[in-house]
Amino acid sequence: MKPTHSSFPWFSRLALILLGVLFLLPFFWMVSTSLKPLNETMKLPPEWLPTSPQWHNYPDAMKAMGPFWLYARNSLFLAFLNVVGTVFSSALVAYGFSRLDWRGRDTCFFVLLATMMIPFPVVMVPIYGLFRALGWIGTFQPLWVPAFLAGAFNVFLLRQFFLSIPKDLSEAARIDGCSEFRIFWQIILPLAKPALLTVALFQFMATWNDFLGPLIFLAREEQYTLALGLQALQGTISGTPWHHLMAASTLVLLPVLVLFFLTQRTFIRGIATTGLK
Amino acid sequence: MAKVLIENLYKIYPAEKGRPEKIAVDNANFEIQDREFMVLVGPSGCGKTTTLRMVAGLEEITRGSIYLDGKKINEVAPKDRDIAMVFQNYALYPHMSVYRNMAFGLELRGVPKDEIRRRVDSTAKILGLLEPDNLLERKPKALSGGQRQRVALGRAIVRKPKAFLFDEPLSNLDAKMRVETRTEISKLHRQLDSTMIYVTHDQTEAMTMADRIVVMRYGKIQQIAPPLELYHRPANLFVAGFIGSPPMNLLQGTLQASPKGALEFVENVTPPHFPFRGVLSTDTSRRLSSRQGKEVILGFRPEQLHPNSTASKHTLQGILEVVEPMGAETYLYLKTGAHSCICRTTETDLGLKEGSKINLGVDLSRAVFFDPKTEETIPT
Repeated sequence: MKPTHSSFPWFSRLALILLGVLFLLPFFWMVSTSLKPLNETMKLPPEWLPTSPQWHNYPDAMKAMGPFWLYARNSLFLAFLNVVGTVFSSALVAYGFSRLDWRGRDTCFFVLLATMMIPFPVVMVPIYGLFRALGWIGTFQPLWVPAFLAGAFNVFLLRQFFLSIPKDLSEAARIDGCSEFRIFWQIILPLAKPALLTVALFQFMATWNDFLGPLIFLAREEQYTLALGLQALQGTISGTPWHHLMAASTLVLLPVLVLFFLTQRTFIRGIATTGLK
Repeated sequence: MAKVLIENLYKIYPAEKGRPEKIAVDNANFEIQDREFMVLVGPSGCGKTTTLRMVAGLEEITRGSIYLDGKKINEVAPKDRDIAMVFQNYALYPHMSVYRNMAFGLELRGVPKDEIRRRVDSTAKILGLLEPDNLLERKPKALSGGQRQRVALGRAIVRKPKAFLFDEPLSNLDAKMRVETRTEISKLHRQLDSTMIYVTHDQTEAMTMADRIVVMRYGKIQQIAPPLELYHRPANLFVAGFIGSPPMNLLQGTLQASPKGALEFVENVTPPHFPFRGVLSTDTSRRLSSRQGKEVILGFRPEQLHPNSTASKHTLQGILEVVEPMGAETYLYLKTGAHSCICRTTETDLGLKEGSKINLGVDLSRAVFFDPKTEETIPT
């Protein structure tokens, strides 16, 4: 039997639809522009749909960017290392802050949180100096080694999740014969899959989209990532080829989109259980 | 052999900002014999769970010692103490099947796979985890509360430990399941013939399951005794009030000389009420002779009051406030001049009206006397 009225009022639905359209608009415009010829990209009044879709813009954009697949391989390589490093190191540190009692723990945690307030441009120069002293400028190291040293945001996220796991489980595991690392590895981590996937997704997106890091630390074109490769399409002497830029941007965005849709259920559960909004 | 000796045990939480020092366990001393079922009982915050957790190695010991089979285990890690624990919230690993939950401890100890299979299967059979449905491949979330508790028990049993520790394992079960599981645990104790230390706040569980009971309050041990001894000869007012449901009736009064030479208990009441008067036996009078003229508290159990007052030497008069028919027995709540009393009788069709004045017979043969200042029992 059909319900006589919805529990979700019509005005709330309308507001959500309008907001959804608003958020989707830039993506729609990007794809639409990627299929237009150059002379239609800046037309006024704007044309929402291309008169005749120019699918060749995509292979043209890939050629114009330079070695597209090399950049994609570099991006993937860095994203993989960053995800692995971040997930493992952040989980380990978060475990120490949530499941172990030690003197000064809470103070150290607050100090860690405080580092989140420091914007990257503030520490950019001293970090450059450090990597230069290590001889890492012009290599990939500055872009993945720090991932293995745990980031404040991810530690915070995972700590909140670990706190929600009952202490009884650790105690039962301790009596069963687990060492502390084993409790972390065999009991806590398997229960934290949604939160770990959230961290992995966040890190993947951050690395995939990172422009400043590769710009500062990489020296040779064969090391460039897709984010740097996109820059090649901007500000050329003849002006910006918007159709190619949008086509390339759509291609760069695709893996992240696909990943999100494949994992969205677990991702949303991870956000919910860590208390993030 | 699995004797457990607790010697001068303390657990003290140091003072912190906004919180003074807290003594959770205050000089606990007792011994649990091999194969004994010892229950630690008391209200919330009395230190019973902290004591159990120190035996398990989950809490650090501030002072004192714990011995298991003559070996001091203060610094021994929980996994090396050869104990198994059943938690209040079961603490089953949610991502593992029932089989894996039970086998996990054995896997960590390097027990061969076929031996693990044999032990898990035989334990599962004893606990009814194979029939009518085979629950071994299910995850804990697909089990009822009672089934989860049986799996938690099974996880402890397969380990064949020297001692079992139970931390309020029945608290999360409904009343019917609690009674069933209680019986199962008692049967298991006889079957396994192992030392068991059981913590509960429920005095009914303590009375029905224990060989001996340790009653605790504010971190201190009040009395250690078998259940019936606690019931009939409580060491102080707290034990008298805590053990037994309904609780012991307590009347404040004085011991006076009676015309017959024996001592007489006279209830402290103000006019126009008439005090309860009870003449004590010759023996009891002799033992309490030093208390003549002094205040005492008289205690007697609800079943020592009888609706048929003519059959008793002593009569307690009061207003009947509430009648509670329990089926097999009836509780009568009486208000005397200065006290409230409860009568428990197996008579069911009494025809008594609430609000009416009634007389109840009092059997003082098992009465207990307490010192009002120290609250300790006066030996009789």
